[in-house]
Amino acid sequence: MRISMRKSKWAVLGFGTLSLLTLTQCFTDKQNEGQRLYVANCQSCHMEDGTGLRGLIPPLAGADYLQKNRQQLPCLIRHGAEGPMVVNGKEYNREMPGAERLAPDEITNLLNYMQTNFGNSNQRYTMQEVTLLLEPCPPHQQ
Amino acid sequence: MSNLNNKVCFLRKVFVGASLALSVGMLGGCSDSATDAEGRTLPILGERETVEREANGQTVVDTVYHQVPDFAFTDQDSQQVTQQTVAGKIYVTDFFFTSCPSICPKMKSQMLRVYEEYKDNPDVLLLSHSIDPEHDTVAVLKDFAERLGVTAAKWHFLTGEKDRIYDMANNYLVAAQEDGQADGGFTHGGHFILVDGHRRIRGVYDGTEETSVNQLIQDIPLLLNENKHAKK
Repeated sequence: MRISMRKSKWAVLGFGTLSLLTLTQCFTDKQNEGQRLYVANCQSCHMEDGTGLRGLIPPLAGADYLQKNRQQLPCLIRHGAEGPMVVNGKEYNREMPGAERLAPDEITNLLNYMQTNFGNSNQRYTMQEVTLLLEPCPPHQQ
Repeated sequence: MSNLNNKVCFLRKVFVGASLALSVGMLGGCSDSATDAEGRTLPILGERETVEREANGQTVVDTVYHQVPDFAFTDQDSQQVTQQTVAGKIYVTDFFFTSCPSICPKMKSQMLRVYEEYKDNPDVLLLSHSIDPEHDTVAVLKDFAERLGVTAAKWHFLTGEKDRIYDMANNYLVAAQEDGQADGGFTHGGHFILVDGHRRIRGVYDGTEETSVNQLIQDIPLLLNENKHAKK
């Protein structure tokens, strides 16, 4: 009786630790997803520190555009952008390719990464919000 | 505009990097080269051959080094840029295209560091060749250079006959080609090539790596010194 009690105690402890680890792991992965997606999809143009490239590629760091166009950003990520764009009072005019393959949860994590890094401390998005904002711009046929 | 999305440029870092590292390793030990105060030298890269000639009744063996051939391209100011433009100067060259969404912005941000460092030295030039000259017309290159905030006197963005540009890439030991398998895109290496006053290749750097470009910035004075001695 005593032995089996001890056994189950260990089992509970082990299981608890395991689930905690899994949860933490999951959480950590999700936290890093925004950064991972940034590196894969955005960094080569917007640079590691989000400063862009002079008059060619607009910055994300300290960009008023991220706050002023908060509602448009999910569709901008998905379909890309072309034509003139004003960021911090400066005009840019180069095409940005869209990231058509990103799912709403990925776009959410990516946007939250941009809104809260590079010195930015803007409002975060929920996934429901992003899903709603993505409705007018369904992915193109690949 | 969607065709721009299809243009993909790949970095053939591993292949080109490995082969160049090998050539540097093999050739570095036996070349005429520039020396700085610490005795550091820059090798002469590329294939070479020996030529025998008679001098004072003796047979002398000369080494003929790989030299970049004559060229003629047009820059963002519609000016012809030829071997005359770079005569007696040293230059750094690379291959890119303005609509490239992958490694090119990084390369340009690194080339800007070289530009800023040698902005006031008329003996150092930068030549960036477009491998998509049909799209990258003089007007497109002009806009690109202006947005980058650089002047044509120092940094020439070149367009011209496509075949000639791809030939030049070969001559600079840079992989560049149109690649049908890459959605009608282009492939090119992200290298910066350092060329001396005799149009010989003296260094190959990874234009996407800050540390490699640091090395380039440090190596340029070696060639400048060499040029100075040659002029005396």
